[in-house]
Amino acid sequence: MKLLAELGAWALGALAAIGRLAIFTAETVSHLLRPPYYPREFGQALIQIGWFSLPVVGLTAIFTGGALALQIFAGGARFNAEAVVPQIVAIGMVRELGPVLVGLMIAARVTSSIAAEIATMKVTEQIDALVTLSTNPMKYLTLPRVLAATLAMPVLVGVGDIIGIFGGFLVGVERLGFNAQVYLQNTVDFLETRDIVSSLVKGAVFGFIAALLGCYYGMRSGRGAMGVGRATKGSVVAAAVLILAANFLLTEAFFSA
Amino acid sequence: MIELTGVMKAFGSNEVLRGVDLTVPKGESMVVIGGSGTGKSVLLKCVLGLIAPDAGTIRIGGRDVSGAAHAAFLDHFGMLFQGGALFDSLPVWQNVAFRLLRGSLKRPKAEARAVALDKLRRVGLGADVADLHPAELSGGMQKRVGLARAIATDPEIIFFDEPTTGLDPIMAGVINDLIREIVVEMGATAITITHDMASVRAIADDVAMLHRGKVRWCGPISEMDASPDPYLDQFIHGRADEPIETLR
Repeated sequence: MKLLAELGAWALGALAAIGRLAIFTAETVSHLLRPPYYPREFGQALIQIGWFSLPVVGLTAIFTGGALALQIFAGGARFNAEAVVPQIVAIGMVRELGPVLVGLMIAARVTSSIAAEIATMKVTEQIDALVTLSTNPMKYLTLPRVLAATLAMPVLVGVGDIIGIFGGFLVGVERLGFNAQVYLQNTVDFLETRDIVSSLVKGAVFGFIAALLGCYYGMRSGRGAMGVGRATKGSVVAAAVLILAANFLLTEAFFSA
Repeated sequence: MIELTGVMKAFGSNEVLRGVDLTVPKGESMVVIGGSGTGKSVLLKCVLGLIAPDAGTIRIGGRDVSGAAHAAFLDHFGMLFQGGALFDSLPVWQNVAFRLLRGSLKRPKAEARAVALDKLRRVGLGADVADLHPAELSGGMQKRVGLARAIATDPEIIFFDEPTTGLDPIMAGVINDLIREIVVEMGATAITITHDMASVRAIADDVAMLHRGKVRWCGPISEMDASPDPYLDQFIHGRADEPIETLR
């Protein structure tokens, strides 16, 4: 009986959390249609999320692309399929590794930063101060960040895809002995429009999730340093899990047929 | 005039406000005193609309300010927060002119900056601090900047939440004097919550003592010391003996 009661309480708690997040999401999106807007805050968020994430995205992608090329070459050698390295690197980076790794890096860098910043603002009464200054915190803090992440992430994923393929190209040509021109030609010939579109759509969805969860956990932070720490940790874990779940659903939607 | 009638608020089983009745006449300075955890901050947040009361009414200028009227109320309102609540990412002058740079009260940037510098001067700060960030200021200076922000749009109602907490006695005296001067000069209706009896004597026209979620005593500052109420007497003299329970 006690186990059932605990399970029931856990299920109710989970449903309530889903409901709160759904309401928060709907409220955020609804502010897209209701002025005032804060373009300065949006611009700053775009620079923070988009521009300053480029180094970490680039480094992650180039090493992943290079490692992928080595793995495919070694694995392909077991059945004389070493020549497929350019194609598999391209499809692997664009369809999966590019969006997912960039999404996870953004969850680590941006979600944590947003959650910590907003949670600190909450703990120090800056959110209350915004309200008393006739400024809706959802419009001023949440919408600019979520919008900026949703728009910046496809660009970051695109850059990550290109750099990842370049990483594979470098390893393929310099280490594995591929002809540079043939490698590039195979990459271009093998990629389809659907691969690129799916990559960019995944980027937008992951960016939305990453920023939204940072804002959500920040706004719901508890008191004190422990509250800020919990909000930050919770936001990164939730964003990472939701990004991976969304990735599965989007892959199913784009490529299941 | 601010009127609270039967305001109640509970968090779970913890009944913080148990039917608060309080009237602050227009242009008067009301100071709410009471021990820690008696609901002073919750009361202020209820008036501000940051927390919805479970029961009771809050009327400002004769109008219920819940719902759509709340935004209009905030346009004529200023608040000094306990910790300043300055925005770290903005320089001092943009903190002060926050309202004048966006929203319905938006003005050209140069004009907003001029107002900010004027308000900073009013609280005793020079133009040299205008471009600093809040983290570069001392606690006393942050309070002054918070005060300048609270009065930036010449509000009709101002709230002060523990205005002297964390300040040395000299700086606390300076902030108390500033608050009194500003309230008198602007003719604003003010509510201050504090534990600091020096603040009470410097700022208040009227005093209300909150105890166990209700107004225990309310009256003019001139009658406070002569009040026979044992709870008030204990509080203003800071004694640890009864009737107010203390943990030792």
